[in-house]
Amino acid sequence: MNIRHLYSIIIAGALALSATSCTKDLNRLPIVQVTSASVYSNPATIKEALAKIYGGLSLSGQDVGASPDISAPDIGSNTYFRNWWEAEELPTDEAVIAWNDGDLQQYHTMNWTPQMAYLTLWYNRVFFEIASANEFIRELPDSKISSFGSSDAANIKTYRNEARFLRALAYWHAIDHFGNIPFATEASAVGNLPKQASRDSVFQFVESELLDLQNQLPDPGQNEYGRADKGAVWTVLAKLYLNAKVYTGQDRSTDCITYCNKIITSNKYSLATHYANLFEIDNHTTSNEIIFVIRANGLKSQSYGNSTFLVHAAVGGSMDPSQFGVGGGWGGLRVTANLYNLFSDPSGNTDTRAMFYTTGQTKDIADLKNFNDGYTVTKFKNLSSTGQAGSDPSGNFVDLDFPMFRLADIYLMYAEAVLRGGSGGDATTALGYVNALRDRAYGNTSGEITATDLTLPFILDERGRELYWEGGRRTDLIRFDLFTSGTYVWPWKGGVPNGTGVDAHLNIYPLASTDIVANPNLKQNAGY
Amino acid sequence: MRKKRLFARAEALLLLLMLCLHTYSQNRLISGKVTDSKDGNPIQGVSVIPAGTAQGTTTNAKGEFQLSVSPTTTSLVFSSVGYGTREVALNGNTMTVSLVANSSNLNEIIVIGYGTQKKKDLTGSITTVSAKDFQQGAISTPDQLITGKIAGVVVTPNSGQPGVSSTIRIRGGTSITASNNPLIVIDGVPLENITNSDGTSSISGAPNALSMLNPNDIESFTVLKDASATAIYGNRASNGVILITTKKGRSGGALRISLNSLNSIAVKTKDVDVLSAAQLKKIVNTQGTTAQKALLGNANTDWQNQIYQKAFTTDDNLSISGGIKHLPYRVSLGYLDNNGILKTGYLRRKSAALNLSPVLLDNHLHIDLNLKGIYADNRFASSGAIGEAVRMDPTQPVYDKSSPYGGYFEWQQGNIPNVLSTRNPVADLMLTRDISTVKRSIGNIQLDYSLPFLPELKANMNLGYDISRSNGGKYIDPKYAGSYTNGGSQSAYSQYRRTELFDFYLNYAKELTSIRSRFDLTAGYEYQDFYRASPSTSTKSVTGFNPVNNAAAQTTYGLPDSSRSTLLSFYGRLNYSFNDRYLLTATVRRDGSSRFGPNNRYGTFPSVALAWRINQEHFMKTVPVFSDLKLRVGYGVTGNQDIGNNYGYLANYTLSTATTRYQFGDSAYYTYRGEAYAANIKWEQTASYNAGLDFGFFKQRLSGSLDFYYKKTTNLLLDVNQSSLSNLSNHVITNVGDLENRGVELNINALVVNSKDFTWNIGANFSYYKNKITKLSLVTDTTSPGYQTGPIGGGTGNQIQINSIGYPVNAFYIYKQVYDQKGIPVEGVYTDVNKNGGKNLFYRYKSPNPKATIGFSSQLGCRNWSLGFAMHGSFGNYMYNNVKSNLGTFSSISNPNNYIGNASTDYLHTNFQNAQYFSDYYVENASFLRMDNITLGYNFGKVIQKRVNLRLSAIVQNVFVITKYTGLDPEIPSGIDNNIYPKPRIWSLGVNLDY
Repeated sequence: MNIRHLYSIIIAGALALSATSCTKDLNRLPIVQVTSASVYSNPATIKEALAKIYGGLSLSGQDVGASPDISAPDIGSNTYFRNWWEAEELPTDEAVIAWNDGDLQQYHTMNWTPQMAYLTLWYNRVFFEIASANEFIRELPDSKISSFGSSDAANIKTYRNEARFLRALAYWHAIDHFGNIPFATEASAVGNLPKQASRDSVFQFVESELLDLQNQLPDPGQNEYGRADKGAVWTVLAKLYLNAKVYTGQDRSTDCITYCNKIITSNKYSLATHYANLFEIDNHTTSNEIIFVIRANGLKSQSYGNSTFLVHAAVGGSMDPSQFGVGGGWGGLRVTANLYNLFSDPSGNTDTRAMFYTTGQTKDIADLKNFNDGYTVTKFKNLSSTGQAGSDPSGNFVDLDFPMFRLADIYLMYAEAVLRGGSGGDATTALGYVNALRDRAYGNTSGEITATDLTLPFILDERGRELYWEGGRRTDLIRFDLFTSGTYVWPWKGGVPNGTGVDAHLNIYPLASTDIVANPNLKQNAGY
Repeated sequence: MRKKRLFARAEALLLLLMLCLHTYSQNRLISGKVTDSKDGNPIQGVSVIPAGTAQGTTTNAKGEFQLSVSPTTTSLVFSSVGYGTREVALNGNTMTVSLVANSSNLNEIIVIGYGTQKKKDLTGSITTVSAKDFQQGAISTPDQLITGKIAGVVVTPNSGQPGVSSTIRIRGGTSITASNNPLIVIDGVPLENITNSDGTSSISGAPNALSMLNPNDIESFTVLKDASATAIYGNRASNGVILITTKKGRSGGALRISLNSLNSIAVKTKDVDVLSAAQLKKIVNTQGTTAQKALLGNANTDWQNQIYQKAFTTDDNLSISGGIKHLPYRVSLGYLDNNGILKTGYLRRKSAALNLSPVLLDNHLHIDLNLKGIYADNRFASSGAIGEAVRMDPTQPVYDKSSPYGGYFEWQQGNIPNVLSTRNPVADLMLTRDISTVKRSIGNIQLDYSLPFLPELKANMNLGYDISRSNGGKYIDPKYAGSYTNGGSQSAYSQYRRTELFDFYLNYAKELTSIRSRFDLTAGYEYQDFYRASPSTSTKSVTGFNPVNNAAAQTTYGLPDSSRSTLLSFYGRLNYSFNDRYLLTATVRRDGSSRFGPNNRYGTFPSVALAWRINQEHFMKTVPVFSDLKLRVGYGVTGNQDIGNNYGYLANYTLSTATTRYQFGDSAYYTYRGEAYAANIKWEQTASYNAGLDFGFFKQRLSGSLDFYYKKTTNLLLDVNQSSLSNLSNHVITNVGDLENRGVELNINALVVNSKDFTWNIGANFSYYKNKITKLSLVTDTTSPGYQTGPIGGGTGNQIQINSIGYPVNAFYIYKQVYDQKGIPVEGVYTDVNKNGGKNLFYRYKSPNPKATIGFSSQLGCRNWSLGFAMHGSFGNYMYNNVKSNLGTFSSISNPNNYIGNASTDYLHTNFQNAQYFSDYYVENASFLRMDNITLGYNFGKVIQKRVNLRLSAIVQNVFVITKYTGLDPEIPSGIDNNIYPKPRIWSLGVNLDY
């Protein structure tokens, strides 16, 4: 054999060898990140995955200002709470915002398009929350849960039920805002395009989930603070039923009363003594009124889109930030005169719920972008009931747990459902509940109303006085058919200074055009 | 472990090759010497082959050879790069042969991917710029050496910061989301992408990964532009390839010592036009509130003068080169102290480079060893100061003795700094210290072995590495208002990066004179591994508490970053030449990348090119004016695997930071997020067509090339919206789009005058290009405008550009301004371009991409004097003047937050009350022509006992810019001008001493 050939063979062989032994080097695995298999094999990390779904309500991502959940031009402005709050409050008589940020102003002027960036953020966020919950539920089938020891298995089952609750909550918000929406459960794998489901059918899904969960979750007050329990499930059911006519065309006031009663008769909840305490950082120790919160902590749970947004955005002008426990204001949120005028004495001297700041501000709004136009709200603070500031020494991030559901809301829902003809309750009890709120507000009985005063329009106004800026005004106005019609207007409604009626299609937001492009199964809401 | 195995394998191969040393020696031994016909100097590396055979030898450094030939051999064929081929009949056993050097540059050896080629044999679009044609002056980073020098290659420094990165685009970008940076290869070692997916330097703590190389060690840049040239680099080639060759020693050369020192002063060229103290006072006093009037101060501060300085830079290099017998060597040492014009910033770089290129084993083994080391200290001046200086109220003083904030004036709110106000820019610079130390070493050893029994066959092995280690941190003084309530801040970060390369190829070159053919075959294998690790960063308070309320401050940690990716490739190339007239190049590369899932891991990237050397045809011999005329056509497919994420196809989970937990009860829980993924993600693919004409007249006194190209990128990676509920985020990077680029390029070089005392060289280039997006989503929806991009300053989350089908990349997406009779824009009034009652006012207008770019340089030599200049220009590029849109309003001065701001003088023109960010009034034509440098040199000749050559030069850089753009600088790659660190004018004096 020719020696030359021998060498060629050896070289070729060596080359081939070196090549084949390296191909497995192309299977590089992440170094920092971990795989789903390891996350869902340990009860502690499973709880951390659950914390993500709760955290989905308040946090922007895995780091504050970095690693966002959703791609957004500004990371901090994209959280569930902030986007939901903006969509519920900014288009109404309760709130205007000064910032010249993209199309943010279009919320209040009701110039909504499928391309509106801020609406798209909210749309993406609500479905991100649902997708996160789906993933969690999908990764924890019964077969996997049963592989853990019995106490771990019981805990993990509760985690999964809480994920189902958070999914139901998000689906409720989604149909409330977007009508007919993309729909998928844990049964749909990553990569599958979801089908569109009608508002009615998602309503039924949410209802059936909650009806099941009311038997699964811990009793009111029995779960760790911040986690959902039966009280939260009943509240969402009550809210779903109160608004059922909007969603399905069918009045469910009786069912609403049923679940309001469950909450009230559980005897776990009572009104806080002082209204102001509900919006201070020790609100869970000063009362038993709160049913479900979105938690915040200035050091451990930082976000620009939890109550940090609410406290900072309302501070500006000549307001002293230290009076709110923060290092500075963001100069954004104010109210229209309509909300201010709901109070016969807006000074706060009689009705303590009237918490406005007027120095250097005008009542009327000539320019939406001018923070000095419109009075501001002093309701939310990063201070304790004793005046102690929150934990972040720089005052950037606040400690205020946002009360998403509280007993006062249940009282007003009960009264409204009774007035709407629901059975299972009565007008006398309803009047008692409303007067309980007014007694607290006035510090005495001077604010009490009589049975004849208790009308549906009064309820709407009272909800404004009691619950303003707590996220829900848009839903209330739609339920009262005042959101789009010309019968009730507020400054800059429809984009004109004195306000005007707008087309009824605006009772539902458009689906984001980005989703229409990505998913051929989707049909845009009527009118857009 | 992996590394060890890799190198062990390489050593084994080497050993194998060395074993093949013996030859068969029978018959007749011929010895001789080959010399240059002109000066009689010996020529090394001449191929000596018995006519009609394939096997011969090459000459050694003394030009000598020995060859045993069979009794039937009657003549030997001598050939060498740069010389004509000569066949000499045998006459006795010793012979002396002289070869005639080729007169033209056509025999210049060009470095191509995995080998070299003579210029005349090239079939692709390849341009080389060597040291003598580099940009002159104080240049701290290698990429800027070729600014404006090559048609179709746009190098734009991103700012005027020391060592700053440039945006390098070869024939425009082929991508939107993935990287648009060309692949950079140093001495055969492909580097990791110079920027991360977010545009930051891939080397932490370095202003730019390329600034961690000394430009003075670079011999030449070769830019591979079309696919027939680049496709051998496969899935990294879509954005072109830049091959950097570093300086080497010379075989048999005498000792040469060279000392260069360049000393410069950099000065700012102009200021942003803002209101003077008097103008501002007048406006506030007439239109402001009582409270605002009370806020005005009495000072007259020019804030922009306060933050900039005249900055001194010295760049000193010593190199020693020569050849000790068969060991050519070069050693160089460099020191750069580059101060920025923004106070406090600097880049201090010490560099060392060693090259050894011994020739061993009777000229059969060529070794090329390159080692480079860099040690750099950086201080980054707080870039926020640039915007602050523009916005800060000029009626306020810089210093305020009573201030608790380090003696600097600051706006206050109660007893703490006003968080919404502009910070004092001087305090920002002086009270923050952002420093880093970066150590980097790049090295390779290349063994090129021609087999003794088969000299046409060469085995080439290249082992390389690129390792860097960065440590950095930022200290913010507790007195600085921006961090006052935190008690200051101290943060630290570090990074380790490692790239390893193993490359092996066989090259077989054979000339078959009988069929007038020349073959050159290459086949190889390459393995490259990229690893980087950055532990979690930490930020803690300096004092540990808030001085206002004494609350304790907390230490926070960022997310760690660590990842690894691997590339594994096979490649081959065939060059075939028939009759020295018809050339064919075909290449193929098969690349495997760990960035993709098993189903999409491998891609095959072919190319083919043909060239016709028309001037070699007989009918052209009658037209002697042509010294070169070559027609080239090529087609190839390349890829882009730099998708910004190493694990984009895998499902994985990310843990949150300690500050981003969620509380249950009294405990805070970290959170785990499932990441969105695209299981089928793959590389972007670009198919390119190129047609070119190389021409030369008058014995190459005038030469050039003209190229036309068309590139179509498919499987474009886009960060696209996912259908909601179908993935774990609203977006994921996946392959959905298509993009087209087309263009024309012209390069011309001319030696206009060439006499004994006077020479004049000019070089010019021109390129025209445009791009268009042709597909953006899976579902075509005419209601979707596209993807907005281009974040601007002002408001939160505002974006000014859009990518949409049928339009160029990053087109501006804005409102059409309405003007009054005097031509002044009317605030808030826009044309209803979409005719839908003003519901949607957006329209697409222009883009930052230039339509045409030019480069022009001239070099005059007159006896000992030399005078050169270089300029480049860009036409049809537009810029969004974010400085004006943000500051040209009354609201920039007046705000409800208890401080006064300054405004752009543009406010006096528009009288806008509120910012009109989306007005197209702010999109300006930013075409420009920039004089990059003017250089005057004088060569004193031999001085100091006639042994040392002395040359002095004086250089001005950034001499002037001709433009209609009203902002500071029309040349900003993003097309958004928002307080960019200005590029200074630099005056330098250089001394070169050569021994």
